[in-house]
Amino acid sequence: MLGFLKEPVVVTAKINVNLVALTMMGLISRLWGLCYPRAVVFDEVYYGQFVSLYMKRIFFVDDSGPPFGHMLLALGGYLGGFDGNFLWNRIGAEYSMNVPVWSLRLLPALAGALCVPLAYQILVELHLSHCAALGAALLILLENSLITQSRFMLLESILIFFILLAVLSYLKFYNLQKHSAFAGSWWFWLLLTGVACSCAVGVKYMGLFTYMLLLATAGLHFWHMIGDQNLSNVSLLCHFLARGLALIIIPMGLYLSFFYVHLALLYRSGPHDQIMTSAFQASLEGGLARITQGQPLEVAYGSQITLRNVLGKPMQCWLHSHTNTYPIRYENGRGSSHQQQVTCYPFKDVNNWWIVKDPGMQQLVVSNPPRPVRHGHIVQLVHGITTRYLNTHDVAAPLSPHSQEVSCYIDYNISMPAQNLWRVEIVNRESDTDVWKTILSEVRFVHVNTSAVLKLSGASLPEWGYRQLEVVGEKLSKGYHQSMVWNVEEHRYGKSQEQKEREVELHSPTQMDISKNLSFMAKFTELQWKILTLKNEDTEHKYSSSALDWITMDTNIAYWLHPTSGAQIHLLGNVATWASANAAALVYLCLSLWYLLRRRREIYDIPEDAWQLWMSAGGICGGGWAVNYLPFFLMEKTLFLYHYLPAVTFQILLIPVVLQHLSDHLCRSVLLKSMFSALIVAWFSSVFFVYCTFSPVTYGQPALSLTELKALRWKDTWNILMRKQ
Amino acid sequence: QKKHPKLSQIGYYDLCFVGVFFSSWDETHFGKMGSYYINRTFFFDVHPPLGKMLIGLAGYLSGYDGTFPFQKPGDRYEQHNYIGMRGFCAFLGSCLVPFAYLTVLELSKSLPAALLAAFILIFDTGCITLSQYILLDPILMFFLMAAVLSMVKCNSCADRPFSASWWLWLSLTGVSLAGAMGVKFVGLFVVLLVGLNTVYDLWDLLGNLSLSLVMFGKHLLARVLCLIVLPLALYTAIFAVHFAVLNRSGPGDGFFSSAFQSQLIGNNLHNVSVPEHLAYGSVVTMKNLRMAGGYLHSHWHLYPEGIGARQQQVTAYLHKDLNNLWIIKKHDSDTDLSDPSSPVEFVRHGDIIRLEHKETSRNLHSHQHEAPLTRKHFQVTGYGINGTGDSNDFWRIEVVGRKTGKLIKVLRSQVRLTHVATGCILGSSGKTLPKWGWEQVEVTCTPYLKETPNSLWNFEDHINPKLPNISLDVLKPSFAEILLESHMVMIRGNSGLKPKDNEVTSKPWHWPINYQGLRFSGVNETDYRVYLLGNPVIWWLNLVTIGLYLLITVCTAVALKRGLPRFWKLSRVVLRAGGQITLGWLLHYLPFFMMGRVLYFHHYFPAMLFSSMLTGITWDAVLKFCAGFLSPSTTARRVYGGGFLALVLLILYSFYLFHPLSYGMIGPMASNPSSPMAGLRWMDSWEF
Repeated sequence: MLGFLKEPVVVTAKINVNLVALTMMGLISRLWGLCYPRAVVFDEVYYGQFVSLYMKRIFFVDDSGPPFGHMLLALGGYLGGFDGNFLWNRIGAEYSMNVPVWSLRLLPALAGALCVPLAYQILVELHLSHCAALGAALLILLENSLITQSRFMLLESILIFFILLAVLSYLKFYNLQKHSAFAGSWWFWLLLTGVACSCAVGVKYMGLFTYMLLLATAGLHFWHMIGDQNLSNVSLLCHFLARGLALIIIPMGLYLSFFYVHLALLYRSGPHDQIMTSAFQASLEGGLARITQGQPLEVAYGSQITLRNVLGKPMQCWLHSHTNTYPIRYENGRGSSHQQQVTCYPFKDVNNWWIVKDPGMQQLVVSNPPRPVRHGHIVQLVHGITTRYLNTHDVAAPLSPHSQEVSCYIDYNISMPAQNLWRVEIVNRESDTDVWKTILSEVRFVHVNTSAVLKLSGASLPEWGYRQLEVVGEKLSKGYHQSMVWNVEEHRYGKSQEQKEREVELHSPTQMDISKNLSFMAKFTELQWKILTLKNEDTEHKYSSSALDWITMDTNIAYWLHPTSGAQIHLLGNVATWASANAAALVYLCLSLWYLLRRRREIYDIPEDAWQLWMSAGGICGGGWAVNYLPFFLMEKTLFLYHYLPAVTFQILLIPVVLQHLSDHLCRSVLLKSMFSALIVAWFSSVFFVYCTFSPVTYGQPALSLTELKALRWKDTWNILMRKQ
Repeated sequence: QKKHPKLSQIGYYDLCFVGVFFSSWDETHFGKMGSYYINRTFFFDVHPPLGKMLIGLAGYLSGYDGTFPFQKPGDRYEQHNYIGMRGFCAFLGSCLVPFAYLTVLELSKSLPAALLAAFILIFDTGCITLSQYILLDPILMFFLMAAVLSMVKCNSCADRPFSASWWLWLSLTGVSLAGAMGVKFVGLFVVLLVGLNTVYDLWDLLGNLSLSLVMFGKHLLARVLCLIVLPLALYTAIFAVHFAVLNRSGPGDGFFSSAFQSQLIGNNLHNVSVPEHLAYGSVVTMKNLRMAGGYLHSHWHLYPEGIGARQQQVTAYLHKDLNNLWIIKKHDSDTDLSDPSSPVEFVRHGDIIRLEHKETSRNLHSHQHEAPLTRKHFQVTGYGINGTGDSNDFWRIEVVGRKTGKLIKVLRSQVRLTHVATGCILGSSGKTLPKWGWEQVEVTCTPYLKETPNSLWNFEDHINPKLPNISLDVLKPSFAEILLESHMVMIRGNSGLKPKDNEVTSKPWHWPINYQGLRFSGVNETDYRVYLLGNPVIWWLNLVTIGLYLLITVCTAVALKRGLPRFWKLSRVVLRAGGQITLGWLLHYLPFFMMGRVLYFHHYFPAMLFSSMLTGITWDAVLKFCAGFLSPSTTARRVYGGGFLALVLLILYSFYLFHPLSYGMIGPMASNPSSPMAGLRWMDSWEF
């Protein structure tokens, strides 16, 4: 029974002291004085507002990326007990006492610290020596820009962490491939690759580049497996399916789940509602939902409605008319019909109400039972307050002379007959007999006489039109465009026969009862589409830079400046590291080309396994640099130095790869080898020296004097802030 | 084989018919440029000049006198002799068919495949329509196909390198590349295709150990010579001819720098003599140094309500105008400097000056209101009455790279104007103002002190009766500078063609599915209408074929990798030949997804040529493969032949159905059930 006591209980633990030491150092370097400065630093002002909105459960749209990163930051706030009450309006503003600065900044800092041991592990898995791996980890540790970026509430360090984690787990998985395929650890690392990839993509879309790189690598490795005649077709298929599951299906599912959580958390209406469609807005608590709650669903003859343009650009607006008429002559001498103006108005107003009328009947109320309007029906739209009919005719529109003017018809007895019949076309119909539904149906109005389509031109009218947006009849309607599509937003069944009563009715708020709910997939597609297509206009920034500036680090970003002293924080890389990383990339490229050409002529300079190592290590590190850097040359958005950080991380990993190769294969004699080692030590001390020199602007303390600051300005293009005495 | 070129002459059929009545669509554009060549007036276009030069040449040879105004689509040609220009384009368009035929024949060594590809191009309504008018596309596609054909021919001469035919095809490739690049920048994609092919070729040769390094060097040199040096030389020569022919001032002047303009006869800078140094009291025009930057301009119109302060507009204007004139005054005194007795005082680097607009007597002014479009910059206005303003009218004038106290030279000095009160710099953002600003370019004062041409200016005209005029021939730019500048202007022009908001534009994914065509001429029912739309049967066949090809390729490649010998035969044609053509298709299609400029349906046609050739090759391979499973040779042959016959008949019948698209339709629109085309409107987005 107690036989097991006969033997002593022995726990043998193998601890890689390197790894532990690196992790400790990483933690110290990133977490030291994390609460300093207790003020809003750079983009914290941007991400902070989202954290606040998460705390208050208010819906928002951020076009800079998917929500996972924001959620992680919010998690920090949640754990620290943040109530979301802080006005994120200005960089440098002092945090109030209710903001848990430490816990808000903790997660990015932890992610940044863990990058150090990850770098070590990656090089080990690439079969480089421990010495080289240690070197790589130290370089990451002493990289000023990575330190700065991870010490604040920013997303890059989290992104880099997930990218490195994905690379590491793929390498682990690949190394297990030969001996223990389909074992537990094999599955673990394979699945972790997929999970880390989707997390990286979920933090920032930049993660896609690394994901693609890993997919390509996995594809290449699988391609080699296909050529392996020892594997049966069935096992090949199993391998293929396992990879497909872990690297494609699971990441997609996870990505969806981020949005699911995001939407589940944010259920209240907020400042960005108006970007979304009416249906989406109606699904949020408060806001539009409060107004539209209980509206009748089906639009019937006699319904009173407001019509919102679906495009929402340049701003959301509703079809509108008012008693003013088009000027007889415009400034440029063209004439108009002088009838009542029809515009699109960006604010709620009683003049936005229209009544759907059956052309064959006189009454403006809903009959009992209501007669619903269906796709293809012909209707007249009567403006509620002025009771004039929506009309278009062959007169050039005020600002878009190629289109027809849209007006509310006034009979001047000048042989210009009313043309006020419109055919209702439901764009998102399922069948041709669909009923026109409030909020859900997207509708085109096609003019019966001229087949022009009611459209928002996007131009705003001059003085006489009160700068409201122009609405036209587009004659040459080229296919589908959102500016021609409208949906009913507010809706009620009209009851008043008399104009006076009707006016009172129009002024009263709508209310009746049914509620609508959008499915998750519909919400997801809409939100995803909005994130991808939303464009911030005009984004010139003082510290923006071009991709070419990054390699040589010709640019920096001032993150924070102490309100009184000269203490300041800058995003500045370790110059020595960046320069040697560039050199390493160059050497790697030239040597590879040289080897390739020589091998093509069947001259083998290095042994086959060294060549394999050189290619795989370079493929991951150099490839990671290339995929994370080169795409920026094609992008048209505003770029900042911090966009380069993922790329530079990979580039730094390339340095030890090249150095080890040089020492192993090019330094043939012992003397040469020891000289090389000495050189490396000297170089490392220079890296350390640069780190120490710039640490005051990395950590923001101690405060530097003017002369010290001037001494730090190693490049003329750097913008170090000097306070005038 | 000889009968095919004849077949292709279907393109000629009733070429004159439309022409008798109207000019259509882009003809107004390129036809006009042809006229410019004949009249030798300088113009600006976003495409390189070869295409328009050839059109001009064809017009010249056929007796067109360059007087038709080409004002708007649908104008009648009347007595003007335009048929030469159209015939020339149509001829080049017809050449595509034999080119495709020969290319596919060379690649697949299969007559049916080549015939299929040729048939597709002959009977595609889109290709016919596009070749019938004075457009750049037939010329571009001619050179493009010529390049592909010569590349393929050269590849098949690989077993006898340095033979006469090898040299011929290699240099022909180079010539066609220069031609393609010279017509449109899209030609770059075919250059890329040939480049990749050459790299592959050289890599192959390098691996061939029986070839000495010296021989390899010869191969390399020959390719550098024929595919890099020769095209570049030709390309440069095209521009040399372009600038030599167009030596008169015309509508394109304003897009170019002052130095460039001084070369054009009739331009006010031609053989100009002006006072050299800037003095107080001088009347000047200032040109922005940005490529295609305008003149600093103001006029009697105010900024509208809600857009900054309601003061007079200041803009940049690309054309020469009296409103571009400004007077340089001292900031602190308002003495009348035009008085001939007062001494001349030169403006020096670092001086603080005031710029008074000559027509309206308002001062150039800036203040901390946001600019109309670039919200982070400050607004620039005209302020004050008769030259009396406030301290916000003071600007410090500085010359780039000069020390304090130096004089400022007209035309040659690059000048920066710093607003004294706010420290911002006068610049032009390059954005076009809306209607209220007459669609001129926005001028702002930028607080970001970056050194860009946007914020640099030079003085162009300079009038000061008190100073002696000197001739400024020194200014003459070298040919290399002109070449560089014209390229910069073209690239800027190209990227400036951005779609406006709320405008329905063609998207690249529309193209292969033939989603929407282009109206060539005629809108109304009574008009004679031509509609550019691919023959839908052919286009959808092409689309399906691409999918089929990918499937076959993956299967073949995997089978080969697994060592199944049965696929060897299939692989040569499918992987090598098909791969080349697919690469061509990808290169001519994918880049459009990344382009920000306005795109049109006809941009897909080069890719469509490749797609058609791929169809020929793929179906040949598929039918052969299917026939291969049937052992008796007669059945196999029957399946093979029957398959081809069915495809050809399908194409012929669809052409019969859709031919009115390109040869013109009169009568009710297809949306009307009484129209003969009513049943053919298969997609709602077609508007014929």
